[in-house]
Amino acid sequence: MSEPAERNQALIEETLAVYPEKARKERAKHLQVNDPGGGCPVKSNVKSRPGVMTARGCAYAGSKGVVWGPVKDMVHVSHGPVGCGQYSWAGRRNYAGGERGVDSFTTFHITSDFQERDIVFGGDKKLAQLCREVRELFPLAKGITIQSECPVGLIGDDIEAVAKQMTEELGIPVVPVRCEGFRGVSQSLGHHIANDSIRDHVLGTRQLPDPGPYDVALIGDYNIGGDAWASRRILEEMGLRVIAQWSGDGTLNELGQTPAAKLNLIHCYRSMNYICRHMEETYGIPWMEYNFFGPTRTKESIRKIAQFFDGRIQECSEAVIQKYEPLMRQTIERYRPRLEGKRVMLYVGGLRPRHLVGAYEDLGMEVIGTGYEFGHSDDYQRTYPELPAGVILYDDVTAWEFERFVERLAPDLVASGVKEKYVFHKMGLPFRQMHSWDYSGPYHGFDGFPVFARDMDMTVNNPSWSLIRAPWDRKEEA
Amino acid sequence: MRQIAFYGKGGIGKSTTSQNTLAAMAEIGKRIMIVGCDPKADSTRLILHAKAQTTVMHLAAQRGSVEDLELEEVLRTGYRNIRCVESGGPEPGVGCAGRGVITAINFLEENGAYTDLDYVSYDVLGDVVCGGFAMPIRENKAQEIYIVTSGEMMAMYAANNIARGVLKYATSGGVRLGGLICNSRNVDREYELIEALAKRLNTQLIHFVPRDNIVQHAELRRMTVLEYAPQSPQTEQYRELARKIDANRNLTVPTPMSMDELEELLLEYGLIEEADETIVGVAAAR
Repeated sequence: MSEPAERNQALIEETLAVYPEKARKERAKHLQVNDPGGGCPVKSNVKSRPGVMTARGCAYAGSKGVVWGPVKDMVHVSHGPVGCGQYSWAGRRNYAGGERGVDSFTTFHITSDFQERDIVFGGDKKLAQLCREVRELFPLAKGITIQSECPVGLIGDDIEAVAKQMTEELGIPVVPVRCEGFRGVSQSLGHHIANDSIRDHVLGTRQLPDPGPYDVALIGDYNIGGDAWASRRILEEMGLRVIAQWSGDGTLNELGQTPAAKLNLIHCYRSMNYICRHMEETYGIPWMEYNFFGPTRTKESIRKIAQFFDGRIQECSEAVIQKYEPLMRQTIERYRPRLEGKRVMLYVGGLRPRHLVGAYEDLGMEVIGTGYEFGHSDDYQRTYPELPAGVILYDDVTAWEFERFVERLAPDLVASGVKEKYVFHKMGLPFRQMHSWDYSGPYHGFDGFPVFARDMDMTVNNPSWSLIRAPWDRKEEA
Repeated sequence: MRQIAFYGKGGIGKSTTSQNTLAAMAEIGKRIMIVGCDPKADSTRLILHAKAQTTVMHLAAQRGSVEDLELEEVLRTGYRNIRCVESGGPEPGVGCAGRGVITAINFLEENGAYTDLDYVSYDVLGDVVCGGFAMPIRENKAQEIYIVTSGEMMAMYAANNIARGVLKYATSGGVRLGGLICNSRNVDREYELIEALAKRLNTQLIHFVPRDNIVQHAELRRMTVLEYAPQSPQTEQYRELARKIDANRNLTVPTPMSMDELEELLLEYGLIEEADETIVGVAAAR
């Protein structure tokens, strides 16, 4: 074992030592030092242990928050008590173009606001009434999804029957989604359930009027801070036609006509591999993973995608790469000297724990630890080769573990979510919120990299961090 | 104030037995409240001479929530000042009846329904199918459970299941089993059978109520026999049961049986025959 690997292994053992035996044994399987060959697999996608303060979400979060929520021309109903919808309202920066209330409804929060009587007497009648009211209030909405919260599943409401009846009565698709929060171990099952509901109720229901040889679908990009727009620009400049965005700034029509694509391009593998596999099996559409974070990976991905098409696309692709080369070079020249050698610890969701590594490396930064909130073993399989041996990997990391790792490894930047943010702020550490890009973005593609580089620089090199010191520490100095 | 509850298989005669018994208790001067915990809301009709009283949950649904109710709107007084409340709940197949029971009982507590009483009696539907129907036996609720049963096999299965529910809450909440009430169906050796069952469950057969059509005659008039025919021998049976419950100090933690043990008991009393394992899963010859 290399020196950093040994050190990290010791750190893992020291961190685990505080746990009771059962928890220690279980958590040990989720913490590993990296073997790029995949020799030390990380255990994942199992139930979190009670009391550890996991950062995970639930199936409802995975469906309403991630997969369905960004579909902009539908009204997504949080079906159940008010809290789930209220506290997830506009919590994710999935941008959508259009006119609010006309062809874009993503910023609304519509809930059936269950009361005690709805639990006791069932909520189906209320749901039907709500669908009618949605139709009346938003006559231009193209469809409705019913995002089930926990109680709906507990009391056995028949939302499928209501959805079927309302689809007929209202003349727009009403899609029932059984994403009750208690299902599964994290938001991951919610992604799967949402994918399946698109498959069952939407996919293939629309025809693309003029299919072409260069039609692709952009899948698993939620347009956080405009990411999908940056990705789409590249694909279009390559000469491809994007016939659907899943699901950032996407529409019901786009989801429905996706089976006309010649190739499905998937960015967030974790949340949408299901629908890609389905389209491969059912319609014979191949799919390809790509990575548009940082110029190195973006260029690799452009060339990989172009390989699938003809010479014309390949030529265009090289031209695209050439076109943005000066911007990329300038960005690196400007920021790399300020960030060279800085060390990062990541802890995020679907694809970022591995996809961001290349972008940091382009800036001369080093990822010294990474982990997934809700990854599966196939995510980790894709992660091992991305990182050098000995890097610390943590699955569904607990508050205690993450704090201890950061304390001991003392990175120059922690890049994680809002639940972690203030803990590390208080430790005086530079932190970036890597779910929502901290009110910034896009980070994808050539548009995104300069923004990403600037944000990392202004965080890591911000002089204010050195001023954060607890009053009692200051007293000691005085 | 003592809080008691009647449980038993659906259709066994819980509501009839409990209302007749409670009427007899009222006769000896006890102040009583009946809390019906069954969406069918038929636990108080003999006391009130009513088809079904306005229930807590239905009125709450009309008004918006239980916070919009006054106790007087759902509390009715019937025979010998017995106070009656029904939790109410959804029609079969929708919603969550168990939650209705919880909501209704919380409402009663918060609104001071439990004052100036000697007995609160909960009449709970068929089986303890979920947490809601166990609400009446949780901490600070019913402390004595009476299981109404008969010598029929399914009634005994249900009694054993209820004993399991009681056992669960016996450790956490202090509820105890007060005894089995046999509501006779004129099954052979019924008395001995239920006495044996009681023994195995670590409780007593508190009273054997014989079958008498006068109970049905009274019921057709939405009355207890206490009121319909105070001098009848059947009335005397309920009076005796009421006295026994009032005097009952034999409260135990039940020892429910495994399915095998229960079947052995049924076998012993000839309610079932030894299973012939050679015929299990074999279709009839054509």
